[in-house]
Amino acid sequence: MNKGFVRGIFTVLIGLWSVTLLSDTEGVFDQYREMLGDDNPAIFVIFDGEEIWYAPAGPKSVSLEQCDLGLGPGVVEGAYAQLPRYFPDVDRVQDVEARLEYCMTQLQGLTPAEVHEKPYSLRGDLGTELEALVAWIADQSSGLVIAPGQAHAKERATYALGENLFYYRAGPHDFSCATCHEQTGRRIRLQALPNLTTHPGAAEAYSSWPAYRISQGIVRTMGWRMRDCMRQQRMPELIMGSQASVALQTYLAVNGAGASMAAPGLKR
Amino acid sequence: MMMKTIMQFLAFIIFSSAVCADEVYDVLLDSMTDKNFVTVERLKQDELQAFCSQPRSVSADEARAAELRAAALSDVPIPSDQNYLGDWQRGEKVASNGRGLQYSDDPEQENGGNCYACHQLDPAEVAYGNLGPSLSGYGARGQSIAMLQYTWTKLWNTHAYNICSHMPRFGAAGILTEQQLRDVMAFLFDPQSPVNRTQP
Amino acid sequence: MASRMRIRAQLKEDYCEVKALMRHPMETGMRKDQSGAAIPANFIEDVQVLHNDAVVVQAYWGAAVSANPFLGVRFKGGAQGDVVKVVWRDNRGDSGSGETTIR
Repeated sequence: MNKGFVRGIFTVLIGLWSVTLLSDTEGVFDQYREMLGDDNPAIFVIFDGEEIWYAPAGPKSVSLEQCDLGLGPGVVEGAYAQLPRYFPDVDRVQDVEARLEYCMTQLQGLTPAEVHEKPYSLRGDLGTELEALVAWIADQSSGLVIAPGQAHAKERATYALGENLFYYRAGPHDFSCATCHEQTGRRIRLQALPNLTTHPGAAEAYSSWPAYRISQGIVRTMGWRMRDCMRQQRMPELIMGSQASVALQTYLAVNGAGASMAAPGLKR
Repeated sequence: MMMKTIMQFLAFIIFSSAVCADEVYDVLLDSMTDKNFVTVERLKQDELQAFCSQPRSVSADEARAAELRAAALSDVPIPSDQNYLGDWQRGEKVASNGRGLQYSDDPEQENGGNCYACHQLDPAEVAYGNLGPSLSGYGARGQSIAMLQYTWTKLWNTHAYNICSHMPRFGAAGILTEQQLRDVMAFLFDPQSPVNRTQP
Repeated sequence: MASRMRIRAQLKEDYCEVKALMRHPMETGMRKDQSGAAIPANFIEDVQVLHNDAVVVQAYWGAAVSANPFLGVRFKGGAQGDVVKVVWRDNRGDSGSGETTIR
């Protein structure tokens, strides 16, 4: 057995080991998940969200109990799974965040500026009220079928808009959502990228947000995920509950429709 | 042949009639806000971006593609002193650096190329993406003038050869400086560079 | 204020498995917030698992343990209905606890 042979075997083993490592990018987290069982630190955030929903707030000192998330005032169970959807009172399609903004301004008397000031946590924060509310609302749809509205013409138009936004290339890097998310089996560095144009990929993504993010120790919403994608695409800041945000979420929800919600999820 | 043209025409009409590009731009303007040094100016598409904003399944207009390819190619500048190769150690840093031009970045710092996001380079580096082909052993192609110019062109504006590729236009869009590009070239070509190491 | 710990204790084969999820920021003291100011250290230093008031596990933690820490331990000698308690104390002197019975 000469040196060259040993070196060759060594190279092959390193290669195989690397391949195993790379094809098992989620392996470490699978072990963590197994140990955790169904414990997810999001549970604490869910408890907070429920408290916030029922607490009087804003200049009108009213709770969100009468907020209509699409299934009638105060009906939270099952609502998240049917969003985004058309709301006649505002004559447009809204996601959970746009809807919460509506309820906070209408019921509680907050100004849009106040709602938009800081919806998402910044570095060092331990969670915002919006993140907690979305965590609880999504948990109330856990296990239910993803069924966003598509009966209304505006809902269908929102899907078409979302699809066009998905492919819209712009900015110094010419990035679109499609750059990373229109192919199967791809990853950026070691982060797997779901193919959001297909049902399995969209279902995997849409069903697992909002999610507890281990690296940040807080729950993040789908709206935040979209905003942060845009930041990395070298775009300016995506406004919470905006038409583009709602349209992109609609595109994902419709592509993933039929799968079951499993949020809040657990992510790196 | 006629059938194919008709199908392409129909696909184009069906796809574009739903929502047109101007409407998408208007929605984005309404849905985004300036943040730090990143403004909504970035939402405006140039001709290439507009042409390339379609799903892979939609057949492209071949004639237009050829025009855009030719335009991209003719705009690629040759390095000012004909020297294509810089320092591979600096190039390695550019390849590993994923920052630059995001509103969370410091505009005073230099931009990175983030090559590892999409490509394998140094075979000993396991944290690489697979959106693009592996570039390990790139130096084996040799340093003929043709190979140097081809690679330089790919880095400067890949659309000169591969229209609607997902790779950024590192030179044409001003992401990397000429010196940084030379350094990345060296990282790819230099026999001493880890990209070309044959032993683990 | 909602509970800061989720705790479960289950009898398995010849041991009892305790799982406790604690709510705590576990701030290392090395991070800076958006404005650049240092975020003060705030982490659990001491954890005890008690079985019928006897300490069966004593752990010394620090800044290396991540936020909202999860603790899983196994010990022998537990029986159904026994009380299991997990108590923590952090560098600021705050403490928290959770209690359950073995199933």
